[in-house]
Amino acid sequence: MTGLIIDALSMRFDLPNGGSVQALQDINLTIQKGELVSVLGPSGCGKTTLLNILAGFLAPTSGKVLLNGHPVTGPHPERGMVFQQGALFEWMNVRRNIDFGPRMKGMGQSDRDRITDHLLATVGLQDFGDKAVYELSGGMQQRVALARCLANDPDVILMDEPLGALDALTREKMQGLVLKLWKETGKTVILITHSVEEALLLGERLIVMAPRPGRIFKEYNLPFAERGVGADLRAVKRSDGFADTREEILTMIWGMEEEIMGRKEGAA
Amino acid sequence: MTLAALYIGIFVIAWIVTRALRRQRSDFTSLKTVTFGDESAVTPDRVASVLSLLAIFLIWGAFTGSRLTPLHVPGPFKGDLSFTYTATNATGTDDAVVHLLAHDFGATVEPPAVTPGDGFAKDDAGTVAAWRSVLVKPTANDGEAATITAINGQPITPDVPLFIDNARIVLTPKGSLNVEPAKGWQMEPIWLPAPEAVAARLKEIATKGYQNTSLWEHLAASLQRVLAGFALGAIVGIPLGYAMGLSGWFRGWFDPIVEFMRPVPPLALIPLIIIWFGIWETGKITLLFLAALWIMVIAARSGVSGVRLSKIHAAYSLGASKWQILRHVIIPNSLPDIFTGARVAMGVCWGTVVAAELVAAEKGAGMMIIAASKFQLTDIVVMGIILIGVIGYSIDILMRMAETWLVPWKGRG
Repeated sequence: MTGLIIDALSMRFDLPNGGSVQALQDINLTIQKGELVSVLGPSGCGKTTLLNILAGFLAPTSGKVLLNGHPVTGPHPERGMVFQQGALFEWMNVRRNIDFGPRMKGMGQSDRDRITDHLLATVGLQDFGDKAVYELSGGMQQRVALARCLANDPDVILMDEPLGALDALTREKMQGLVLKLWKETGKTVILITHSVEEALLLGERLIVMAPRPGRIFKEYNLPFAERGVGADLRAVKRSDGFADTREEILTMIWGMEEEIMGRKEGAA
Repeated sequence: MTLAALYIGIFVIAWIVTRALRRQRSDFTSLKTVTFGDESAVTPDRVASVLSLLAIFLIWGAFTGSRLTPLHVPGPFKGDLSFTYTATNATGTDDAVVHLLAHDFGATVEPPAVTPGDGFAKDDAGTVAAWRSVLVKPTANDGEAATITAINGQPITPDVPLFIDNARIVLTPKGSLNVEPAKGWQMEPIWLPAPEAVAARLKEIATKGYQNTSLWEHLAASLQRVLAGFALGAIVGIPLGYAMGLSGWFRGWFDPIVEFMRPVPPLALIPLIIIWFGIWETGKITLLFLAALWIMVIAARSGVSGVRLSKIHAAYSLGASKWQILRHVIIPNSLPDIFTGARVAMGVCWGTVVAAELVAAEKGAGMMIIAASKFQLTDIVVMGIILIGVIGYSIDILMRMAETWLVPWKGRG
């Protein structure tokens, strides 16, 4: 069975003051190979916790995650990760960052060079291979991070707000790049974002999560990612249904926020 | 007080004059309207640095009568210091002259030749060195029971100082005169030698050595101790710091020791080190090892703790093993902190080695100045202090250059 299965996943932290937090409650999700899934929710809904469990950095208190039929027990190169920023190794140049994974596996120099050259071209950084990563702009650094993740040829790419720290124009360009890479490589991509627009655009499936306890609130199947591949993203954002869905989700999330606030006020 | 006022005066004048002389530039910084409080607009003015060194040199020269500097504060009086005294005895009074020659300190001069003159009071002759005083008894050759009653026509009483031009004279109860030529403002070489005296001493010691050891051996002895102590401190401290950064047990175990030893100045350990290891090389290197150790432990620990979790997570999900993460992520990430620690440790070690050599040593920069001070060879002491400062500063500059060369990513993460 190929794909990612999240089965009755729950996560509960004990707090130092003796209380506990139900970060995730009974998450069930099946993601097919090659799907592009975006996860959206107000802060504190457990989306980063979910991603950390998928990556293997956290062990759930109950339930399990299966990738291609075998359980996830820790980090593994089959599940690549792209972080918001600052996860590149600034003591290595761009090439050394990109071929880090293959190098750790002990792949030979010529194979690594082939992969790196190909990926540099894919993310549009042909002339930047020998630059230090701190000489690159934020958008270019995220291109390196994407290439570094792809160099390991993972089955699943987990993205934790990869475009969150970029300015609006760069962000839109990078959204196009993410769509292009998804389509070209056929990888399963799970992307967490704060931006409703980004979630709509970068998700064939959009999962909206709700906080306290963290749970899946609603799921959408959306056409915008498919439409956006190689197309003008602004046209997609103007197209039928995009604005309506965005409004619907925004209202939903506002509702959650107000519920939290109300609950807090009630408690106080 | 006067010196401080003089120095502040030079500072202000140099500032105003340089400002007036400078052409207006229009680079980005000079176009800023707000510079007060904008740290990036403040860069060291190198003209000021040069003038600062020049000012110190000029003041040094001015107060030591250096031949290298054009302006001097008044020096001690030298030359003819003759004065007339009035002697009184039973027969009446008579005037005579004391021909006194004030000469350079350390020079040998003949007293001026005099003819005794008329009357019972005879002329006398003598010499006095600058900054010193001389006891003369002009009445010794004036016959029986003559006493001095006036100097240059001014009446004098015992133990009350009398000032004539360029000298202070005190009549002692036994009838002698204590003559002290005016000292001026300059420092005696024994307090502060002139720059050229220090330079000459440097040349002499650089060619002939000091106490049967060449200057280079003295300095090399100190440097070797520093390098040995620092190297040992780093070899033990860095792995220990890593262990403390990576394991809760190590951190818990060594935290009390490190935090306790860190505020103890290495110099406070000298007595115990001497008791345990003696005064020779073992003791000194142990002391320097302890001086460097805690600094390196803390630097390595904070280097490890400072690694961003996302870098570690990224490395794990790229398939790196623990050892690979240590080697390719944690160690390079900690290098900037370790370099900062190494710079601090080298500075502390250099200061400590000099202090340790002051206590006891056969060779070394500190030993050189303490030995010289016992013979009041102030020029060697000043030379030694300058060399110690120059070497310490050079070490820091070298470490900084190594840092930019080896860890160019510092502060760019």
